[in-house]
Amino acid sequence: MTVDTVGRFERALEGLEVGLERVAAADASERIERIVEEPAVGAPLPFEGVSLPDSVTTHPTTAEVAAARTGVTPVGFAIAEYGTVAVESTADGAEPISLYPERHVAVVAESDVVPDISAGFDRLEAGFDAGRDSVVFATGRSATADMGDLVHGVHGPGDVHVIVLEDR
Amino acid sequence: MAQRTRSEQADRIRHLLETEGPAIHAHASASNARRKETYGGTDDLEALRTDARAIKEDAIDRLPELIETVREAVEANGGTVYVADDAADANAYVSDVVRSEAADGADDGAAAAEPSVVKSKSMTTEEIDLNDALEADGIDVTETDLGEWVLQVADDTPSHIVGPAMHISREEIAELFNERFDPDDPFETAEELTRFARDHLGELITDADVGITGANFVVADSGTIALVTNEGNARKCAVTPDTHVAVAGVEKLIPTLSDLEPFVDIIAKSATGQPISQYVTMLSPPTDSPTLDFDSPDEPITTGNDAADDIAETADDTGDPNRDFHLVLLDNGRTDMREDDQLRETLYCIRCGACSNSCANFQSVGGHGFGGETYSGGIATGWEAGVHGQESAAEFNDLCTGCTNCVDACPVKIDIPWINTVVRDRVNRSGEPESYDFLVDGLTPDEEGSGLDPGKRFFGNIGTVAKAASATAPVSNWLADAGPVRGLLEHTIGIDRRRDLPTFRRESLVDWFEGRGGFAASKKHAMRADSRDVGADVDREVVLYPDVYTNYVDVDRGKAAVRTLEALGVPVRVPDLPESGRAALSQGMIATADRQASRLYAALAEDLDAGRDVVVIEPSDLAAMHREYERLLPESSFERLRDGSYEICEYVYGLLENGADPSVLSTGDGAEPVAYHSHCQQRTLDLEAPTVAVLERAGYAPETSSAECCGMAGSFGYKREYYELSMDVGERLATQVEDAETVVASGTSCGDQLEALLERDVPHPIELLAPGEYRA
Repeated sequence: MTVDTVGRFERALEGLEVGLERVAAADASERIERIVEEPAVGAPLPFEGVSLPDSVTTHPTTAEVAAARTGVTPVGFAIAEYGTVAVESTADGAEPISLYPERHVAVVAESDVVPDISAGFDRLEAGFDAGRDSVVFATGRSATADMGDLVHGVHGPGDVHVIVLEDR
Repeated sequence: MAQRTRSEQADRIRHLLETEGPAIHAHASASNARRKETYGGTDDLEALRTDARAIKEDAIDRLPELIETVREAVEANGGTVYVADDAADANAYVSDVVRSEAADGADDGAAAAEPSVVKSKSMTTEEIDLNDALEADGIDVTETDLGEWVLQVADDTPSHIVGPAMHISREEIAELFNERFDPDDPFETAEELTRFARDHLGELITDADVGITGANFVVADSGTIALVTNEGNARKCAVTPDTHVAVAGVEKLIPTLSDLEPFVDIIAKSATGQPISQYVTMLSPPTDSPTLDFDSPDEPITTGNDAADDIAETADDTGDPNRDFHLVLLDNGRTDMREDDQLRETLYCIRCGACSNSCANFQSVGGHGFGGETYSGGIATGWEAGVHGQESAAEFNDLCTGCTNCVDACPVKIDIPWINTVVRDRVNRSGEPESYDFLVDGLTPDEEGSGLDPGKRFFGNIGTVAKAASATAPVSNWLADAGPVRGLLEHTIGIDRRRDLPTFRRESLVDWFEGRGGFAASKKHAMRADSRDVGADVDREVVLYPDVYTNYVDVDRGKAAVRTLEALGVPVRVPDLPESGRAALSQGMIATADRQASRLYAALAEDLDAGRDVVVIEPSDLAAMHREYERLLPESSFERLRDGSYEICEYVYGLLENGADPSVLSTGDGAEPVAYHSHCQQRTLDLEAPTVAVLERAGYAPETSSAECCGMAGSFGYKREYYELSMDVGERLATQVEDAETVVASGTSCGDQLEALLERDVPHPIELLAPGEYRA
């Protein structure tokens, strides 16, 4: 994984008005705490040595998901070319947690940022082979122009932050 | 179905131009501009389009096998596949699923509420009128896509495949919502309307028994549904209720996950000009994602622990046991389309709407004018003929003028104008005999059966008409302009009396050329250029194709072409050649066009064998030879003619590149601004650039127009029912070029339209370039 790829990812996200922060795993919890707006819900982060801050409720109830301002989830991988994060529909609720709250904080390992959609499909296919066969490519913020002008955050989040774990 | 009369059709188009046209044009043209920009910035665009088409060709070819594959895959995942023969079959199945799900999920003791469904936009469910069927069964249905929801509230129908409410302005939506929902503070901005929709629809989604979505693609071997959206509502509808029904046409199947890649990469580019959509959701349902049970809001949605490898552990093939999934694959005529050699291509369509956005006529009237019962835009002819029957396509098919803008826009390279031509031909043949057939029968025997609209027969045989009119000019011109004759022409063959008719010349180009000494004289002129060393360093001879308009109407551009070629050292022949078939093709008279193509090829074969170059002035005739003849001639004949024929300015460019001296032409001072409108079909053939280059080499400063079309489009603008539309499209072009001192256009009809709108002379570029001063 080259720095260039993350740089490209960052530039693509800039165009989508999505913030990107690079952090060491050891600092991730603290950084997430600063980004989340409470109440916050989250899906457990599967990165060794990285945990969600206490202010983020894991295994939330339906009511907590509905009331949350922020949802924090890991993402399987990211595609630098388009600024896409791949959210998996897992049993720990990453899909609704990433979708319902107004703000989505996506956490991805630097080694999981791939350069382009072709490399993204390689990752997708490997995941399907391993049984992870429900994935959302999410790029930027929910948007619609159906009411006459472009508006963000109609059904999905209107505010997205990506955290790249530099040493992963 | 009762066909509208010409005057009813004209009224309807005028109404749409006024009511829906402005909003449609604003949105569709903006999407089209973004598409062009994104296409232009995509290095591997052609490879993507080629891949996408190849995958669709293969998938449709293997369709029966893929249906079995997906059935196994979905069942292995824990879902159900139902193949529905038609609309009624599909609707009954979905209704059963919803009612049984609602009964299962009903709370004990609670009054059985109306079963409720939330839907994400799906043209396929529009096709089968699913909402009406569910509502008739007592099921409450809510569209969650904002555009579709606006239509539901307004009790209106989609006017665009991708932007269904494109025809309604923000002000109109605000007015509608203020009236319907009576908010404390009236809605005004898009932001306020969107917030309200989010909250209102959000509640309905959380309360729904069943979520229904379409599917942009279905991956057969994994049972994966791909949904492409910007709003996120498709995700909510699919994963929030514990039952998900996806309704998709059988043509949405593709073999494997890797086949999805080019489509994910191209669909947003073609639809809205975005690099990729906000959400490309790939679900292999029933998924592992926990359901959100809003009846038990305080239950945790998950039961797992915080093990770091949670994801891997829960990724299995069975999904959440509470979840239920049904894939409804709809046939509804698609199997027959697959068997139909001409309509089959329609099944490659990925419903991106690029054909609509790129279409000048669509930009003016939208899908309520340029559309059938469900589908709209260029490809709608194929869809409507296939799923609703030919009559549905007949209503709007003539709005396709064959300009071919959509050919470059289509991400799967469907020859949409050809599908329109074929359906027009079939519609022609299905009509009742008309009482005015004698009008055309007296002029020419053609290959078409009786019953064809007399206007179409007239324009389809325009070559014969022109020959007769030229022979009797100026009497014919005087007669044609006489009041009673215009009334008769309008009444019988539908030529709008507001249109100027072409002025036929007594001396045709062919006669003029013979009169000045024919080929021998031309050779002398060319040799003189060579002896002065201003000619091209090539030893070529040209056969200049005298198309109907150049030969009988626009003779000056023919003369200009002859003089230009000779001045650059190339001798010219102008034989009397058969029609190209372009006029017949435009009217959907394929048998006539086929015969004419064969005759023209036969007449040119010797010249091609002798190594002469065929040079064509009228772009639409060249386009016939380079595009449609592939369907009409044997392959080797088609290739021989295509490879041996050139557009006039393209040919001149080649001569200049080979050393000819541009100073023998009429030249500008290096700064003279010239507005140049290339012809639609010429642009599709990538032939705008050579004309621009030649004008620049000759000292002009050409500015090209970006308007989609002139709106005249051959015979289209003459027809009474389309006159207003033709002028609306033409105005957009005229506004772009009106400030230029000199305006040139490549096509006859483009020139005619611009002359009518600008009230001044609009020559062909070759007339500007030809040696000697251009005389208006």
